[in-house]
Amino acid sequence: MVLVETRALVKKFGAFTAVDGISFSVGRGEVVGFLGPNGAGKSTTMKIVAGFLEPTSGESFVAGHDSQEDPIAARQRLGYLPEGAPAYPDMTVGAFLEFVAAMRGLSRPQARERLAELVERIDLAEVWNRRMEALSKGFKRRVGIAQALVHDPDVLILDEPTDGLDPNQKHEMRELIRTLAPAKAIVVSTHILEEVEAICTRAIIIARGRMLADCTPAELLQRAPARDPAAASLVRTTPLEDAFRHITLEQAGS
Amino acid sequence: MDKVLLVFRREFAGYFATPLGAVFLAVFLAIGAGMTFFVASFFDRAQADLSAFFLWHPWLYLVLMPAIGMRLWAEERRSGTIELLMTLPARPWQLVLGKWLAAWAFAGLALALTFPLWITVNVLGSPDNGVVLASYVGSWLMAGAFLAMAACVSALTKNQVLAFIGAVVVGFVFVMAGFDLVLSAVRPWAPDVVVQAVASMSFIGHFQRITDGVLEAPALVFFISLIFFALWLNVQALDARKAA
Repeated sequence: MVLVETRALVKKFGAFTAVDGISFSVGRGEVVGFLGPNGAGKSTTMKIVAGFLEPTSGESFVAGHDSQEDPIAARQRLGYLPEGAPAYPDMTVGAFLEFVAAMRGLSRPQARERLAELVERIDLAEVWNRRMEALSKGFKRRVGIAQALVHDPDVLILDEPTDGLDPNQKHEMRELIRTLAPAKAIVVSTHILEEVEAICTRAIIIARGRMLADCTPAELLQRAPARDPAAASLVRTTPLEDAFRHITLEQAGS
Repeated sequence: MDKVLLVFRREFAGYFATPLGAVFLAVFLAIGAGMTFFVASFFDRAQADLSAFFLWHPWLYLVLMPAIGMRLWAEERRSGTIELLMTLPARPWQLVLGKWLAAWAFAGLALALTFPLWITVNVLGSPDNGVVLASYVGSWLMAGAFLAMAACVSALTKNQVLAFIGAVVVGFVFVMAGFDLVLSAVRPWAPDVVVQAVASMSFIGHFQRITDGVLEAPALVFFISLIFFALWLNVQALDARKAA
């Protein structure tokens, strides 16, 4: 069942084309990793699907609802973690999550039950009464995830969920995404390649607004160029890095 | 409607989450009272009314209302929380209305805290309390108009200082609309109808008619429709940023 779909998305900011004809679909149970250099158009694509930006042309759907034409229905099925996990600095974690739950239409008892569950699962109890400006990056990101999960949506769009986390926190975040995966369609963006192998069922490589690849991590590995022992560089790279560099730099050269 | 209320509650609480809200209230009361007693010579007039107090409100609000309204959208844009807010299942008008109501309620609180003045004139003499009440209502509506314009300007930028300055400039045009400063800029190129239309936008003119006597319908209609228009523009501004 296809839960996220985009058709020929184009987004221009003035003369600059940030997203240039991106089409993909994500079904339940899939975790799709958006890979690409900085400024490739990953976040812009996610913002369009989430309904925060309007595309210049093309369409996007969340659980069958057009992000632009039917935004309320689309957003009800969607949990979205914006880039940098923004949060209201002067609110406490508890007040913020209760606000989001209420805005999402949960009744008070429902919200209490659901938030208790999330606090347990995402380990937020110790910061529940703390103001968000006083949170560490790791906790801020976790609150961002909790916020996206409050209404148990079918679709999760997570813009760099592990950015700025320490290795242990990254591991926990990946575990969480994995456990959520079977019941949802998840799109995560990252520029950490190992993450794709760790959690994604599919990888989409984007550079300069264009889709360069849409395949499984294993297929991606096969696109790594054969190593040339003579050109051995000082920096040791993984095969996945080789594939990524090969695909994205090839475009830059063309 | 419950979403409007939720946004309102969050935003209103935001004014008290930092010392800023208390500082604002103190400044508002200090300047309001200072102007009444020292600039307008409340006691020397020896009249049991509050016109010395209300006289300065357009000028007081010109600076203080943009200070309340500047953060409404600019802060969300700066911190990125606007992405959270605008991807919640709510209509933009619900967010716009909730935010404006919070700012308006805060302004109402500041205004309500000037009640000792009202008590004072009643102790010193016997004012026409109907006029005082009408003036309070008119003053609050005028504050609402300033705030709606400030909110609208705030939606155009992520820089709060810019939002403040922009709102003061827009407010200044409305305050001065009945004066030659503004009218002489319009007169050379616009037909008489337009000049009169601009003159009729004067905050001071409308507010004076309210403080002079009863709550007059045209003045009320003016402020209320201006509020609605500015809030509508605010929604348009948010939509335009989506497509930008």
